[in-house]
Amino acid sequence: MTVEVSLPYDKEYVTQFSQGLQEPEWMKNLRLNALEKSESLSLPKPDKTNISKWNFTEFDHHVKSDRIDSLDELPLEIKDFLDEEKDQPNLVIQRNHTVAYATIDQQLKDLGVIFTDIATALRDHSDLVEKYYMNDAVHVDEHRLTALHAALMNGGIFLYIPKDVQIEDPMQAIFWQEDSKASLINHILVVAEENSSVTYVENYISHNKEEKTSANIVTEVIAKDGAKVSFGAVDNFDAGTTVYTNRRGVAYRDAVIEWALGQMNEGDTVSENITHLIGDNSHSNAKTVAIGRGKQKQNFTANITHFGKGSDGYILQHGVMKDKASAIFNGIGKIEHGASKSNAEQESRVLMLSSDARGDANPILLIDEDDVTAGHAASVGRVDPIQLYYLMSRGISRFEAERLIIHGFLAPVVNQLPVEAVKRQLRQVIERKVY
Amino acid sequence: MAGSTLEIKDLHVEIEGQEILKGVNLTINGGEFHAVMGPNGTGKSTLASAIMGHPKYEVTKGEVLLDGENVLEMEVDERAQAGLFLAMQYPSEISGVTNSDFLRSSINAHREEGDEISLMKFIKDMDAKMDTLDMDKNMAQRYLNEGFSGGEKKRNEILQLMMIEPAIAILDEIDSGLDIDALKVVAQGINEMRNDSFGCLIITHYQRLLNYITPDKVHVMMQGRVVKSGGPELSQRLEAEGYDWIKQELGIEDETVNA
Repeated sequence: MTVEVSLPYDKEYVTQFSQGLQEPEWMKNLRLNALEKSESLSLPKPDKTNISKWNFTEFDHHVKSDRIDSLDELPLEIKDFLDEEKDQPNLVIQRNHTVAYATIDQQLKDLGVIFTDIATALRDHSDLVEKYYMNDAVHVDEHRLTALHAALMNGGIFLYIPKDVQIEDPMQAIFWQEDSKASLINHILVVAEENSSVTYVENYISHNKEEKTSANIVTEVIAKDGAKVSFGAVDNFDAGTTVYTNRRGVAYRDAVIEWALGQMNEGDTVSENITHLIGDNSHSNAKTVAIGRGKQKQNFTANITHFGKGSDGYILQHGVMKDKASAIFNGIGKIEHGASKSNAEQESRVLMLSSDARGDANPILLIDEDDVTAGHAASVGRVDPIQLYYLMSRGISRFEAERLIIHGFLAPVVNQLPVEAVKRQLRQVIERKVY
Repeated sequence: MAGSTLEIKDLHVEIEGQEILKGVNLTINGGEFHAVMGPNGTGKSTLASAIMGHPKYEVTKGEVLLDGENVLEMEVDERAQAGLFLAMQYPSEISGVTNSDFLRSSINAHREEGDEISLMKFIKDMDAKMDTLDMDKNMAQRYLNEGFSGGEKKRNEILQLMMIEPAIAILDEIDSGLDIDALKVVAQGINEMRNDSFGCLIITHYQRLLNYITPDKVHVMMQGRVVKSGGPELSQRLEAEGYDWIKQELGIEDETVNA
């Protein structure tokens, strides 16, 4: 297949962009190398979804916005993500490609915790970022979109938790694509050193129904020995934004990575969520809920690959499909040779609310080791009439009964999100999308 | 107030084209407890499900009237709102919906908009009734019937009955799978409901539940019909002698609906 490269961004642009941000030399070189590779690499080929005509290249790469001095200046739609009752001491708000607001608890800062935008991190903690940036989790040359990401990265977060530091309060990031054509090419890098723990939650939001742009997001979570990372997200890009999102985790010995992803984009979306259980007794729980509506096309892959002995992986994907939307849910549990006593479980379920919608659940177990346990459950179907009957037999209307069942079906992720406001927000998005 | 009246007249019901009920007649008045007994496969549970409107059962003939209103023309939720309740033999498990949210929605569905039960009153009522039924308080926050044991499901059905306080309740084999202690607890809950206006139809094939809940009337079903009715002494005779004497009396060889 030949790949047409019509990127308006060339070597000169990338060099200037990098220099403008005062990035370290290594970053500039990484970008230029990636740009070159993006010309020869092909697009990824998600199973059963043809993305060759999707918009991954037409967007505005650099949209400067004003900072905000106080959270009161935020519009309601962004305020919705923040708990009203209590202050959020650890918060970064990115507005288009500008860090509009950033705060971190002073005590955490004193302990060596870093929670800042990626551009600042590249200036202030260059060595630390270089050590992990597209090294252990996602590689630049996986395909055209990872290369494009690396070349044009224009936002994101660096979160670093030193050894033995346990953070109670959640760290929250809000990525606000305010401009209709701004492209969020965000890189989220979370590094949890030995025996540390952290909860991070992020929100993506835009309101570009018609105007076209594209988001290309790479997330890397590194959990060292005994570390625990809980990662929550609500993605809510509007219909004009075509989304590629790649969230990847690497868990070392006794480490835990938990994903709770509310994938509520309105536009075409390819989402990969891959966790490598490298260390013995490492553990991952990867939960995704998604809704498709209109003519939206989506492809979700959740993959947990076991390398460590006694590693434990659990994948849950629940999707609701209405109108003429289609979505493929690939669940992959892979146990490598040597990962004895490991356990790979997964559950993929799709609820169809319309006969024109399409939903596929593809559970895949790839096992290269004898002494393991594994299991999967998959189903695609309508709302169970017997469940409806049961609820209605208590006087609950058909509409309300369906509503309860759908919210219940999507509850596994809602309930796991750490910030009350984000939970409430996801519930509202579900309500809006389903009805 | 004397309560409601449920009249079942010449009810014929099919499932997947096979006729199960072949003309059931029964009237339950408010304040009365009726027991429907009979061996397995005689149509007892079908009667309960058809009255409530289970989607798999098709009524081909006859009427079910609640205070003169035709129940069979109502949607399932309308039947409940009109005052019917069915404690199910196999209640559905619904993931992600907490027992307490479900119960509150159920209660509010029986009330006017703007007159919803207050959270405080709801919690107080629920706690008191869970105590009566000897239920673990954490069951309120568990997902509806998910992972409940057989006994927990039955108690949960009775909890709903006590919270919703319907005019007429049908209890479909609420005793099956319960040990004797659980049976006593469940019976106590049902007995607490007894008053001048509450009517109850208890479906069972064991006499033992009726040791704790004394019915006013006992009916025996065979071959998809009520073949014999009497007072509480009828259930005692069934306990002592089984069903064979009725079959002999009526000349029935195979009591099941397939006969």
